[in-house]
Amino acid sequence: MASATEPVLECRGISKFFPGAIALDAVDLTLYPGEVHALLGENGAGKSTLIKCLTGAYRRDAGKILLDGEEISPGSTQDSQKLGIGTVYQEVNLLPNLTVAENLFLGRQPTRRGLISQRKMLTMAGDLLAEFGLRINPAEPLSAYSVAVQQVVAIARAVELSGKVLILDEPTASLDRDEVQLVFSVVEKLKARGLAIVFITHFLDQVFEISDRATVLRNGRVIGTRELKNTSQTEIVTLMLGRQLEDRIQDRAPARTGDTLIELKDFGKRGVMEPFDLTVRKGEVVGLAGLLGSGRTETAGLIFGAIQADQGEALLEGRKIGLGSPREAVAHRFALCPEDRKNDGIVGDLSVRENIILALQARQGWFRPLPKAKVNELAEAYVKALDIRLASLDMPIRLLSGGNQQKALLARWLATNPVFLILDEPTRGIDVGAHAEIIALIEKLREDGMALLVASSEMEELVAYSTRVIVLRDRRQVRELKGDEITTSNIVAAIADDTMAEAV
Amino acid sequence: MSAHVHSTFRRIMPQLIILIAVLFLNFLVFPDFFRIEFQHGRLFGNLIDVLNRGAPTALLCIGMTLVIATKGIDLSVGAVMAIAGAVAASLVVDGHSWQTALLGALAVGAICGLWNGVLVAVLRIQPIVATLVLMVAGRGIAQLVTEGTILTFVNPGLIHLGAGTVIGIPTPILIWIALGLLVTAVVRKTALGMLIEAIGINESSSRLAGINSRVLIVSVYLISGFCAALAGVIVAADIKGADANNAGLWLELDAILAVVIGGNSLLGGRFSILASLIGALIIQSVNSVILLSGMPPEFNLVIKALIIIAILVIQSPTVKHALYILRASAEPLPSDPIKEAKESPQ
Repeated sequence: MASATEPVLECRGISKFFPGAIALDAVDLTLYPGEVHALLGENGAGKSTLIKCLTGAYRRDAGKILLDGEEISPGSTQDSQKLGIGTVYQEVNLLPNLTVAENLFLGRQPTRRGLISQRKMLTMAGDLLAEFGLRINPAEPLSAYSVAVQQVVAIARAVELSGKVLILDEPTASLDRDEVQLVFSVVEKLKARGLAIVFITHFLDQVFEISDRATVLRNGRVIGTRELKNTSQTEIVTLMLGRQLEDRIQDRAPARTGDTLIELKDFGKRGVMEPFDLTVRKGEVVGLAGLLGSGRTETAGLIFGAIQADQGEALLEGRKIGLGSPREAVAHRFALCPEDRKNDGIVGDLSVRENIILALQARQGWFRPLPKAKVNELAEAYVKALDIRLASLDMPIRLLSGGNQQKALLARWLATNPVFLILDEPTRGIDVGAHAEIIALIEKLREDGMALLVASSEMEELVAYSTRVIVLRDRRQVRELKGDEITTSNIVAAIADDTMAEAV
Repeated sequence: MSAHVHSTFRRIMPQLIILIAVLFLNFLVFPDFFRIEFQHGRLFGNLIDVLNRGAPTALLCIGMTLVIATKGIDLSVGAVMAIAGAVAASLVVDGHSWQTALLGALAVGAICGLWNGVLVAVLRIQPIVATLVLMVAGRGIAQLVTEGTILTFVNPGLIHLGAGTVIGIPTPILIWIALGLLVTAVVRKTALGMLIEAIGINESSSRLAGINSRVLIVSVYLISGFCAALAGVIVAADIKGADANNAGLWLELDAILAVVIGGNSLLGGRFSILASLIGALIIQSVNSVILLSGMPPEFNLVIKALIIIAILVIQSPTVKHALYILRASAEPLPSDPIKEAKESPQ
């Protein structure tokens, strides 16, 4: 259907360079009127950069943007709005304290003799919202309505202002299933009106539900554009992750798993993670796989008490324990190396030495300081054991490279002698050498009988060290892979959920 | 150990230089500035006055340094001084001993600190707003305690705390030096100092490392309230009366200024109580120079303001960066053999 008409928007060879990085490398994107076009890719793939070039937030460094066949160069978001490209973001960009009508017509209120005509504005707003199938009172403040309704108001405003191309940047990220349907019904209407809609999301099910075509970006390049009718989820996931999906069976030492250490039953939090069961034994590495936003980090946070669970129970060696705060988890000898190393891991201005002993000292309490000699001994031992490269133990940890920071954080937790170590993206943003060392360390800790839970987006990595892999999707556990089942292609299949075995 | 002394010295160097400069200015306008005499069993001299008059600010800045290290601020210390002075005065007026009055005032100060700490750490109210509550309400509470009058007293024990001497040295000097040493020892000989710094630098990381940030934040406000109460008792004892309206008025700003002059970042993190105390002495020396030079006291506030501006400008990232660039470009570039090779044919 699409090829019959002229494209409304065409991007040809768009490139964007940042100091030391190519964010977009000759990207092509074609949008036809009346299509929903999904833009897919993991974090850092270049989706937002491309959108920012389209909306004028960034200047492109090369390439052409053609709107209705004419070249455009929007210099600001207002520019692109006037040209016909509207954008709606995940966080609603409206003013919650103003009325719905005011939000719709802000900056272009209908006037009568130089004054704003409230009555006219309310009627216009009512008519406009009715077109979108929304029967709400436009005189109410926007904050009186749910996020989904606010989202639709934002879409209505964007369409009114622009009307050719609508970019939806993760519009459904904070919506529940019914609310998503409300937004999708509006999208369907706009599609019928002939708008070209760019849809960005991490939820693959939603992509297949609403989109006609999808373009997959990776490392700033277009990997492929597919008609979704004839495409499987597996193909899309493979394009996104770009792994060579060889099924290598790792020759890992037969798992001599010990007794059950942690048992979680029906553990979860509303709106964060569906309740799940999880058992981890001593001497076992349980891998958590899934796309971004599938609930990997949330699972790690819940078990460590960083996110407080509102249902379910946790058992440690058969005894019921509370996990209300990281402090409580640390008292049970849990440890967590978080995904966001800079904001949740290191204490940048403290020295490497202080960072290494921080968790141990926190557990001991402030009034029982670790003796200086012990501190030095511990820090030096871990610097040597993990091969942390540094000029001096006194230097602030923020000056270390990513890999060395990660090793120092591992040292911080190993110093507490944990029974259960949770690693969230342990190898993100670190160099190849440190990468291999951290994987070797995980294997060694497992052989020593520690229980580990590792969340990672690197599937080869998970295959290499996991004794079991749990696959997450849309904040639910969807499959558990054991022994020989642990292969990258099985993980991809589980993420894509092609079989659709269980009903939603 | 010598490395430790060396690093401490390097930390307080800028403050010491400023202090010496201001003291020298004192000497220029008043050549007898450094003369100290021993009369009537007491040390006399302008230098002693600086140390003595600086006592309230010095005491306040001890607690304020810890609060600021956690990325907080305590605006209520001036008002807490007024409350503590009023409580001490009313207790001795009611016939209690000076020891009871002192303990009562300190307890009330600690409760005020606890209140601030709970607002900040438990209810998660922004420190500047949370402590503003007590800053405004505190003077009202103090007036309720004194029943709206300036409550005067004659209890010699209490007066001694503000106006007496011990082996010839005015008591307030001994009190602030002793408390400064005590708090420094507590935070540096235990892990308290490091944990406070960790919270100030990155609270999220600290919490995830298992630090009980809530209790620590409450405790720094509690210490601040305690320091303010002690300062309040000294001020009341000095004038032999509790003045709910004027005791400690605007002194919270002097305390914050002392901490900032001490090179402690208002964004929290690394702190030095010693440097803050030198900051308090710098402020008092500026007051002294204006007094001794015979300039009208109105200049005091303007000159103080100029110093704040100068210090904040020097601390601003923009200027720091500019200085860094300046220093880097002033230094001869390390020789670059490739570049030299390229340029040599010309």
